[in-house]
Amino acid sequence: MGKCMQGFLDEQFMELEELQDDVNPNFVEEVATLYFKDSARLINSIDQALERGSFDFNRLDNYMHQFKGSSSSIGASKVKTECTMFREYCRVGNAEGCLRTFQQVKKEHATLRKKLEHYFQASQ
Amino acid sequence: MLNPGQGRGPDSGVAGGSSNSDPFPAGLRVLVVDDDPTCLMILERMLRTCLYRVTKCNRAEIALSLLRKNKNGFDIVISDVHMPDMDGFKLLEHVGLEMDLPVIMMSADDSKAVVLKGVTHGAVDYLIKPVRIEALKNIWQHVVRKKRNEWNVSEHSGSVEETGQREDGDNNSSSANNEGSWRGSRKRKEEEVDEQGGDDKEDTSSLKKPRVVWSVELHQQFVAAVNQLGVDKAVPKKILEMMNVPGLTRENVASHLQKYRIYLRRLGGVSQHQGNMNHSFMTGQDPSFGPLSTLNGFDLQALAAAGQLPAQSLAHLQAAGLARPPSLTKPGMSVDQRSIFSFENPKIRHGQMMNSGGGGNKQMNLLHGVPMGMEPRQFTGGGQMRVQQQQQQLSGGRAVGQNVQSSGMMMPVGGGPSMLQQQQQVMLSSSVPRRSETSSSSRVLPAAATTQSVVFNNFSSELPRNSFPLASAPGISVSYQEEVNSSDAKGGAGFGNPSYDIFNDYPQQHNNNNDWDLQNIGMVFNSHQDTTTASAAFSSSSSTQRQRAEHVQNHHQQQQLPSQSRNHMNGGGSVRVKSERVAETVTCPPATTLFQEQYNQEDLMSALLKQEGLPLVDNEFDFDGYSFDNIPV
Repeated sequence: MGKCMQGFLDEQFMELEELQDDVNPNFVEEVATLYFKDSARLINSIDQALERGSFDFNRLDNYMHQFKGSSSSIGASKVKTECTMFREYCRVGNAEGCLRTFQQVKKEHATLRKKLEHYFQASQ
Repeated sequence: MLNPGQGRGPDSGVAGGSSNSDPFPAGLRVLVVDDDPTCLMILERMLRTCLYRVTKCNRAEIALSLLRKNKNGFDIVISDVHMPDMDGFKLLEHVGLEMDLPVIMMSADDSKAVVLKGVTHGAVDYLIKPVRIEALKNIWQHVVRKKRNEWNVSEHSGSVEETGQREDGDNNSSSANNEGSWRGSRKRKEEEVDEQGGDDKEDTSSLKKPRVVWSVELHQQFVAAVNQLGVDKAVPKKILEMMNVPGLTRENVASHLQKYRIYLRRLGGVSQHQGNMNHSFMTGQDPSFGPLSTLNGFDLQALAAAGQLPAQSLAHLQAAGLARPPSLTKPGMSVDQRSIFSFENPKIRHGQMMNSGGGGNKQMNLLHGVPMGMEPRQFTGGGQMRVQQQQQQLSGGRAVGQNVQSSGMMMPVGGGPSMLQQQQQVMLSSSVPRRSETSSSSRVLPAAATTQSVVFNNFSSELPRNSFPLASAPGISVSYQEEVNSSDAKGGAGFGNPSYDIFNDYPQQHNNNNDWDLQNIGMVFNSHQDTTTASAAFSSSSSTQRQRAEHVQNHHQQQQLPSQSRNHMNGGGSVRVKSERVAETVTCPPATTLFQEQYNQEDLMSALLKQEGLPLVDNEFDFDGYSFDNIPV
């Protein structure tokens, strides 16, 4: 993992890499692909929920819990951090905080995606 | 960048199966359930790296149906806590109940509350996400552990209760399981059990009739099954099917169910005091039992707290006040009891309580009287169940009449295997009609002393084993046994008293043997009282009792004593013992045999009540009016 990835991915990502072998040479990339597909779905749901303006914090927290779980499983540390903040705002019922933080979540998510795309291309 | 080729291949030792000769845990069949596809994929890969056979599933319902279709197709289940279609804990319950497989919970949520929930729901481990492969490498230990536990469940493994949950080993770094002192104790227990289990396995697995230890998990499964079927509709056969626990027999379940029902009733009627106990035992005839039962229940709880050790339970009993040894041991007490049981009380006669009429009386009494109270608690211990059975049986037998009693007592009910045994014994002792009643048959047959002991053993074995994890009184069951045993020992003076230590499953006839014969009668009384109050007290007072028994015996029919005392002595069937005692007491007074029967039971109850200071609900048990007119004492 190069310097560009530093901070964005934690040791969990390295765990995944260790799972890759000759039998499963593209394992990490497969996981990353799956992650981005699934997380995009979640981001969408959260976006919609926030746009509705109803701020069902429980529901939002639920979505974010899932999102956080996925992100942590591939080692997306920055994304994970933002998720935690979002959940905290949910917990206290701070709608504005949720909105703000969610923008951060999306930003980190997009950044990570790009970096990983480069990463995989580079390793091909 | 890491070298992708440096994967954890089969030879990496990840699976821990370094020795080629033993592939285990390779091939472990794991079902992993998680609605998060990313996690699921990663877990699957990790588990495969560990050389496990993995089936992944993203829906709990699908997982359940998979498990149901392949009951023996999986060794362990790993499930996420938060899932959209079903709560992970619910899945955990289902799996535990229906398939009895070890389940590991996982979640990104590491809050104590959730982890604790996992523990209380019976999860064998709890992994915090993101899960690392190290955490998965050792999940096989849960499978082994559970198998050992199950094995021990049917094993005669001693006092350590096997619980399904064992703390995780040391290697589960991401597991939230590695903490707390409770783990430590469990580990010790486990080790303890392991030690025992090792030996037992070779010897007894094939021979002995399995003794069921109703561990917390097992009981939870049982409760779940019962709830699913409906408490009133739950039948042992169905429960057994639902539980799907290897080695568990219908009889185990049946006796456990009986106890459980008593327990429930007790719970329901605790506030009322009287209602419940009587209810459960005697078809609600004898309100007097109620208070006793409550008392007992209460004490039992204390006992339960004591743990399984009989000794402890006894001690607790005493402490709890159940055992009012002083009063009990007094000869006068016995007398009183007798009077209480003066047969004026039709209730007693009903034999609901005391089936003293039948051989099972003793047992029945136990149920009714103090023991009864204990029973609900003990229920966990299974002792109660037995008693119940006996009672029922006894009631059937009561009508028979004194002599008949023994035969009648035979316990048509045949609650459980133990019951049968008792009955048999009772039958044998037809010569001693009374005895049969009280002592669950062992008494009855003087000749069958040995048999009886055997019988008793069964009981005792049953009793102690049942450790109902019921919240209220895990120890109760134990205590119950204690009681029984103690009474046996005490009362059993008559028969070749196998030395009953409360703790002994097998009555050993050392103390009481011959002395008991004559002394049984007296002993009976004492024993009753003592036992009710505190089995522990028994042991101490046994000597006193003996003397008294002797005393009493002289008055009473000596012949009967032997049979009765034997029963006591046996203690094997804790239930039995009591019944015996009852019988003895019954026999003491020259009054009709019927009385005697009642007596036994009543004695216990009265003793209990008296001790507790509770006025017997029914006059029959009216301690106040300890009018032991007939008591030859």
